[in-house]
Amino acid sequence: MTQPFTQRKRLPIPGGTLSAWARGGLGRRDFLKRSALTGAGLVIAFYLPARGEAAGADGSFVPNAWLQVDPEGKISLWVARSEMGQGVRTSMCMILAEELEADWTRVTIVQADSEAKYGDMVTGGSASVKTSWEPLRNAGAAGREMLILAAAKEWGVPAADCVARDEAVFHAASKRSVKYGALAAKAAKLPVPKTPALKDPKDFKIVGMGEPRVDGPKIVVGAAKYGVDTKLPGMLYAVTARSPVFLGKVKKFDASNATSVAGVKKVVEVPAVEMTSPFGFGPAKPGNQHFLPSGVAVIADSTWTAIQGRKALEIEWDELGHGGENTAEHRSKCAELAQKPGQEVSKVGDADAAFAKAAVKMEAVYELPFLAHTPMEPPNCTAYFKDGHCTIWAPTQNAQGVLAAVAHALGIPTSNVTVHVTLMGGGFGRRLNVDYGVEAALISKAAGAPVKVFWTREDDIRFDYYRPMSLHRMRAGIDESGRVNAWMHHIVAPTTDGYYEGPQTPDVAGSELAGPGLTCGSVPNYLLECSFLETAVPRGYLRAVDHLANRWAIDCFLDEIAVATKKDPVTLRGELFGEWHEMPPPKNPDDEVVDVRRLRRVIHFAAEKAGWGTPLAGERRGRGIAGSQAFSSYVSQVAEVTVAKNGAITVDRIVLAIDCGRVVNPDIAASQLEGGIIMGLTSALRGEITLVDGRVQQSNFNNYKMLRISEVPKIEIHFVPSEEAPSGLGELGVLSVAPAVGNAVFMATGKRVRSLPFRAGELATS
Amino acid sequence: MTAYKLNVNGTILSVDVAPETPLLWVLRDTLELTGTKFGCGQAFCGACTVHIDGVAERSCSTRVSTVGESKILTIEGLSGDGSHPLQRAWLEAQVSQCGYCQAGMIMSCAALLATNRAPSDDDIDEALAGHICRCGTYPRIRKAIHAAAKMTAEMGRDAGAGTSAAITPRAGAASGAPTDDARFTANVATGTASPTAGAPRRAPTIDTLVQLDGGAL
Repeated sequence: MTQPFTQRKRLPIPGGTLSAWARGGLGRRDFLKRSALTGAGLVIAFYLPARGEAAGADGSFVPNAWLQVDPEGKISLWVARSEMGQGVRTSMCMILAEELEADWTRVTIVQADSEAKYGDMVTGGSASVKTSWEPLRNAGAAGREMLILAAAKEWGVPAADCVARDEAVFHAASKRSVKYGALAAKAAKLPVPKTPALKDPKDFKIVGMGEPRVDGPKIVVGAAKYGVDTKLPGMLYAVTARSPVFLGKVKKFDASNATSVAGVKKVVEVPAVEMTSPFGFGPAKPGNQHFLPSGVAVIADSTWTAIQGRKALEIEWDELGHGGENTAEHRSKCAELAQKPGQEVSKVGDADAAFAKAAVKMEAVYELPFLAHTPMEPPNCTAYFKDGHCTIWAPTQNAQGVLAAVAHALGIPTSNVTVHVTLMGGGFGRRLNVDYGVEAALISKAAGAPVKVFWTREDDIRFDYYRPMSLHRMRAGIDESGRVNAWMHHIVAPTTDGYYEGPQTPDVAGSELAGPGLTCGSVPNYLLECSFLETAVPRGYLRAVDHLANRWAIDCFLDEIAVATKKDPVTLRGELFGEWHEMPPPKNPDDEVVDVRRLRRVIHFAAEKAGWGTPLAGERRGRGIAGSQAFSSYVSQVAEVTVAKNGAITVDRIVLAIDCGRVVNPDIAASQLEGGIIMGLTSALRGEITLVDGRVQQSNFNNYKMLRISEVPKIEIHFVPSEEAPSGLGELGVLSVAPAVGNAVFMATGKRVRSLPFRAGELATS
Repeated sequence: MTAYKLNVNGTILSVDVAPETPLLWVLRDTLELTGTKFGCGQAFCGACTVHIDGVAERSCSTRVSTVGESKILTIEGLSGDGSHPLQRAWLEAQVSQCGYCQAGMIMSCAALLATNRAPSDDDIDEALAGHICRCGTYPRIRKAIHAAAKMTAEMGRDAGAGTSAAITPRAGAASGAPTDDARFTANVATGTASPTAGAPRRAPTIDTLVQLDGGAL
């Protein structure tokens, strides 16, 4: 027998709670509307915010989600959220059905197509469940109240005497009941309640249960259709040759050999399209030089033929002065910038003075490389341009961006573009970018036919929007009593937000400043600075974004401080984060106020579950801990490692504890965390994109390596019971694993690794 | 272009393609069997795995000209209805996240179980060494293989026959191993699990918090 999650023992959270969720301003406002559609039964339109922003902040109300109960009793949820493996389709149905008193497995989820009139449809920022929770509950509750009222009116009884369950309304006194379908038309004529009564969480029957994913049965028989499986009548196939140097352009090309390959239909130049941003929307800012790369497309009767045609192309590229970038030079430039004063981001007290007077001065430099996303389904897009209208089938996390960018590139109104969002073979942030959508649209127009544009793995790895490299100069001053009195963190990175939205200034620097303030407010004297590395390498968001980079530096440096002050790393964190305190308001919208109690609790929880402090048997074995906060959630990981004499690291065990508010679907949540840990381990142990002469050196999975099944540690996931609203989850598993491993490696070997990925050579014993 | 007659999932299908075309693209673009996926094109990731005469092979690196009359089995033909023990175990363990690499994983696992009815963890590591899952479903894949092996044993079904059954085409196809298939079907029909049903609802796995830190929290 299953037991509702809410009947389990709960943790009372003392004193009020700090909920960054509330900052999103998702108050229950008038965001529910009845649809005017006739014959459709009951339709309630509502709005699902994308990343915690206030819905309809400008006073307008543009719905992007619809709940429908049709006269046959069929329940549909029309949404514009993208499924890329995170189980959002399942979780959203569960939340809606909970309030609607419906069987969630009978809720049909319909992927809404993107049209210009819809609002933001970005799927990212670990936000889908977080931002959908309250709107979905409201929509479901409103539907329930309207259906109850419709039944009550029909029976001439008070609505308060009726109850809804199992998709029907019951009146106990007269032993009458009526199914939702029979009530739908009548309910549709009633006003939508502005503040429907939400269920008491103790009555939840669906939320909190580990329900299976809706897509599973199709996946295991090979019937799930991803973007790359799109096929249209008369469709042609294309691949594109792109400049091997970023921002390079086609100078001239000879297609004669390519066109002589049997099956090649046409070879066309794809012009460089200037864009306001690779996200496809947002205001143009002076100095923004982003454009989608130019190239030469080979259009053929099959994917393989197109690839053969591309091999036969002869292209001369104009590198436009960008052919000189090298990773070694990037690193030395970053190191140089870190020694100079940066642009001040946050300041508390006088860190310079406190550091100068410190009894113990500590300084360390941490580094992370560029990373590629490499979702298993490479970028691809199918487009059909005909009679001034363009239809797109895209595996995208950002349908609105694709729509805007395609309209811009083709010079047609956004109302003439339709984007069908397909199932995605992974996303991880790569599919926030609109490049492949624009490419497909341009190529379809040139071909005069529907075209599927395909990217090989080499295309994917060499033409990504990379997680930026970064360098972190950390300094800490310890006073005579062993307390951290000064903390200085200088971030040097090519900005991602600046790349997207304009020139690189502190005003636009955003994502790279995500999460560095973990210790801000816990140390009396604090200074955060940033400097920017100029580069033509395209940057983008990768799962756990720059929280990961900043926390790699912070969590390893905390361990160094623990060693220097001869304190246990868990004890040190407990002392440093201390009791409740207000943090200075964060400067970055992606950064949040840290509730140090939740942070300390999750660290202690992980430590307890991992058996922190118990001896580890075996040689060169170590245990390390890290703890973080991001996307309104708190996570801590303990890693146990064995380092071989040749320096090879085996991660034996990972224990993860998370406080992510109420867990809608514990099984999907656990799977997301397991996957996040493995992705985090992959990048920590293997991940590195390097440049020589402006060219990415990696090309496929032989040299951009992934963790394999034999390398996966024993993983244990623990949820901290919580009654907070659900908060971010999808990116949390990735977050603390690298520093936990780094700290464990130090315990095992006495060697401090400060530059990712880990290299066996640095850890070998002589 | 050259004409080939391919035995795919028990059906003989005619295609006219360039001889060097990888089997993957013939399956996907020509025959529209898109369950087999492209992942790397270089046999580094296993997403394109199919069976050729019962052996797990990378279709991205297998030229169509080399296939001849061999029996090709793709994910679409593994059971046709999702009743293969691996497919059922996959749903039971809720393995898939994005699902893209899973057809290749399942095909390699099916080949493993055909020759090894109770694979050890090391056997699984070896069989899947050439596979990549970017979502990180590996722990659940391992769990599902062990469960499928157990399921197969409990059904009293010979592992080798299971493979024959798996190779058996869907109803109406021309060839196969009817004896084994009939036995398999009978077992499924009288078994307890509904092959197409999703995984059961499971109990929540929330831990009870242990009071820590001397009650300071």
